[in-house]
Amino acid sequence: MNLTLREALLAFRRAPLLSALSVTTIAFSLFVLGLFGLVAVNLQGALRTVAERVEIVAYVLPGTPAEAITLTLKDIEAFPGVSGATYVSEEAALARAKAELVEFRDVLRELEHNPLPASIEVKLKPGFRDAAHVNAIADMLRDFGFVDDVRFGRDWVEKLDRLRRLAAAVGIVVGAAFAGVAIIIIGTTIRMAVLQRSREIAIMRLVGATDGFIRLPFLLQGAMKGLLGGLVAVALSYAAYSLIDRFLVRVLFFSHVQALAIVVFGTLIGLMGSLLSVGRHLRRV
Amino acid sequence: MIKFTSVFKAFPKGGLALKDVSFHIAKGEFAFLTGHSGAGKSTVLKLIYADERPTGGEVRVSGFNVAELRQRDIPMLRRRLGIVFQDFRLLEDRTAEENVAFALEVTGARRSGISARVMRVLTQVGLAAKAQAYPRELSGGEQQRVAIARALVNEPTVLLADEPTGNLDERATRGVFQLLRDINASGTAVAMATHDLDLVRQAPYRVIELQEGALVFDSAVDEPRGETAPAP
Repeated sequence: MNLTLREALLAFRRAPLLSALSVTTIAFSLFVLGLFGLVAVNLQGALRTVAERVEIVAYVLPGTPAEAITLTLKDIEAFPGVSGATYVSEEAALARAKAELVEFRDVLRELEHNPLPASIEVKLKPGFRDAAHVNAIADMLRDFGFVDDVRFGRDWVEKLDRLRRLAAAVGIVVGAAFAGVAIIIIGTTIRMAVLQRSREIAIMRLVGATDGFIRLPFLLQGAMKGLLGGLVAVALSYAAYSLIDRFLVRVLFFSHVQALAIVVFGTLIGLMGSLLSVGRHLRRV
Repeated sequence: MIKFTSVFKAFPKGGLALKDVSFHIAKGEFAFLTGHSGAGKSTVLKLIYADERPTGGEVRVSGFNVAELRQRDIPMLRRRLGIVFQDFRLLEDRTAEENVAFALEVTGARRSGISARVMRVLTQVGLAAKAQAYPRELSGGEQQRVAIARALVNEPTVLLADEPTGNLDERATRGVFQLLRDINASGTAVAMATHDLDLVRQAPYRVIELQEGALVFDSAVDEPRGETAPAP
């Protein structure tokens, strides 16, 4: 085992440029995958927040007495899937707008009358936030005579979800293309290593080394390059994340499991590249 | 030990490397394989260490049937053989000691015993003092001794030598040949391919002569002498 490891490590010293090239390619392919992965992870995060906030807002016709509305809140809360219903008066809506839309504070202060309608905000229980339930509840709200319009965030959720899937798909396609290139480059380095060491391999065979024993250092060498590439990719992704997080917007990074998955994937690419190459070339030596 | 029965070996591109070759080398025997270049000496050795497979007949080497040997069993056969070549085939970037140890390491021998075994065989071939030398720092004769030490370190039952003195001057040739005789005297069978007839005449060993792939003379059969084949 010691000999195998030593042989595998020796490859880096024998062909440093080629080794660096294979590590870089793997790192780059995984970095691309990682960047799109980051986008997907962050969209997923945003989606979760949005999904938690999926609520239905029923705008009330102007002039509806507040008492009439508060009386119906109990009925609305009794709907299946509804976890709570709150009445937001016209004044409360304006106050909230003043607090939240700081940029427009001056505009809002100079308003002669309040343009914002009163509304009922309906919160949904988890499990009732899908399109079918949201639509059903919205329909029931529309049945109230004083309800002017019903809005809900479903479109948003769907758009975000599509975007997340797109980011993931692009990441996978581009990443896979680079991974393919990485496998070919690893295969080439293994080929050169095998040819470079053909004498040694021939002698190993003569003294009774098994094929597995001869192959192992090459596989290990490929796996190590992949591992290294994966680590570099995670480091690069983290650097990109830090820059974006500090200077642009607050974003999320991969979980430990996701980061580990990138490294494992890199190792597999390296292993695959050497596995596909070593058997073929050993037979020729 | 080594038994050829009506062995044929055809080249892939046509032509026969060996034609109906039969002989038997007993345990502990010393046999010369002679003949001109291209007569089939190397092919016989390659068949013994399963680098080639017979296209006809049967090759048996210490219990293995070379024709039917599975690819993954070839290493097991080779671990029972020691093989020495004209061009030594040492690794240039390793010392004499490391070259010999290599043969043990690749067979998965326990590390603890390697060093002692290596020094023992280096002492046996008279190179203990040059264990740390690289092949380029050694003379041809010394390099061949390292190769022989490497062949011996796995304690083979047969030592195969393909023109082991082909690249050596007369003095080194005598030394290496004497070493092979000593090895044989301690019980290891030796099959040595050579076209150095002076060497063949020096010793009362069995001679198997090949000509264009056919066995044309076998001293054990054609002129049996009591002393040619040591008792097994």
